[in-house]
Amino acid sequence: MSAPLLSARGLKLAFGGVKAADGIDLDVMPGEFLAIIGPNGAGKTTFINMTTGYLKPQGGRIEFAGEPILGLSPRAIVRRGIGRSFQLPQLFTEHTVIENAALALAAHAGIWSPFGPLLRPGYRAAAERLLDRFGIAHLAETRADALNEGARKLADIAMAVALEPRLLLMDEPTSGVAATEKMQVVETLVRVLRAEGVTAVFVEHDMEVVARFADRVAVWSQGRIAALGPPEQVLNDPAVLRDVIGIAGHA
Amino acid sequence: MIAEGLIALLGAGVLLVAALAIPWLKFVLTIALAKGIAVLGILLLLRAGQVSFGHAMFLATGAYTVAFLAPAMPEALLLIPLGGLFAGLLGLLVGLFVVRYRDIFFGMLNLAISMVLYSLLEKLYHLTKGTDGIRVARATFAGFDLPRETQEWLMFAIALGLAALFGTLVAAYLRSPMGRALAGIKTRETRLEFLGVSARRVLLFAYVASAVMGGIAGTLVALTTRHVTPLLGYWTSSGELVFIAILGGAGSAVGAFLGAVAFELVRVYAAASVADAWQMILGGVLLLVILFAPGGLWGILAGRLKVRA
Repeated sequence: MSAPLLSARGLKLAFGGVKAADGIDLDVMPGEFLAIIGPNGAGKTTFINMTTGYLKPQGGRIEFAGEPILGLSPRAIVRRGIGRSFQLPQLFTEHTVIENAALALAAHAGIWSPFGPLLRPGYRAAAERLLDRFGIAHLAETRADALNEGARKLADIAMAVALEPRLLLMDEPTSGVAATEKMQVVETLVRVLRAEGVTAVFVEHDMEVVARFADRVAVWSQGRIAALGPPEQVLNDPAVLRDVIGIAGHA
Repeated sequence: MIAEGLIALLGAGVLLVAALAIPWLKFVLTIALAKGIAVLGILLLLRAGQVSFGHAMFLATGAYTVAFLAPAMPEALLLIPLGGLFAGLLGLLVGLFVVRYRDIFFGMLNLAISMVLYSLLEKLYHLTKGTDGIRVARATFAGFDLPRETQEWLMFAIALGLAALFGTLVAAYLRSPMGRALAGIKTRETRLEFLGVSARRVLLFAYVASAVMGGIAGTLVALTTRHVTPLLGYWTSSGELVFIAILGGAGSAVGAFLGAVAFELVRVYAAASVADAWQMILGGVLLLVILFAPGGLWGILAGRLKVRA
């Protein structure tokens, strides 16, 4: 059995009296798609924030590829190969979609060039290819603040993928996306991530998406992992159905 | 970018013709071009969504560099880069501190530090001659001590050349990956960090560049007016630079010079004809620009000429 890519042990973090992480133990295996489900306030986003260096846990440890990453800045963690996308897509709203993509590629290659346009032929071609893989090449010249939610989510994830991460943490990649395009958005990003060999952890409220695309499901409840296993097992567990999915399904 | 360049070239031609037609205007236009160079620095920070209310400290640094060094080394072609260098070093020192802050804190910290420098210039009388200021020694150009008229023309030409140089560099920088990342600080600083980019370092580069331009502007002002006083670094001078940036429009490097020339001309003519009300006139102009032309004079011009502002 291969070693986990990400390993969290005993993560603890409380905001006042609220325990957002109360002893989280989790291994994410290379190449898997792990879905995190649970009601709002269960600590799902907190886990992503701790793993990406945005929040510092009060206890526990996190290792990525066998190396401890606790205490590192978000920048340092990104450079080690952990990317993230956001529940509210973090696009540069005054830039066009292709500028957003090119800026991510430039950030990966080394941004410290004060001269020579961002959209130089090399970056432009690479950015076009990236957008094409996510099916949004036709929106290249659109300003990011003019996109619909589905395209914003894809552009947001494309920027994270531009950094060639080994692990991608996605916070609710389908929230706010119209029901009619939700599956298409997930299919697109799963296809790209599988092709790139990127391991993915995603927080999700849509059980259909979870059942269809996750290799394993972790159920979060009050800062703890209440259940962990394959979707067909976890999503049919009566306790999970009653205590978590019943709530999550209406979140 | 090509359209912008053509407009800049046309503008330079108009300034040259104006300076030839009305000889005394050459002095006003040289000062306007110098301030335009300093305003380019303000424009860089505005791209990151930050406003400095203390940037005149760098202009004063450049000007006092000339005043202090000119008696021993009167060579203008050395004094100008040295002024930029010293202002850049001060910019690095101040920048390492202020780029940790944003918005009102960034603006007010710059103001506070500039007022410290102003106080030093005012109080260290034995060095700076206080509010009386320092009469700048006559400069030489490439070793030549030129007649006054020739020197004035040369200063105008140098200011025009440096304006073109820095205008081109700033325009190229704003289109570069670093320049686009700078604009990203305004909209999504969090994303920059999650791209592995230090927003502080991006802002620091722009800050030091803006300080260098402020310093260069100060050397031009000192060599042209041949008298420097602490007022060059006073908070109203910093406010003036921000005023010009908004008047000219932050959308283009050309805007900095449009704003500076318009500002200086309005000031000269308004001060001559309505001495008691010229500041009110300038205030009214700024109000109109903010209300009806948020893109500034450049925005109006670009709109008319269908250039992307």
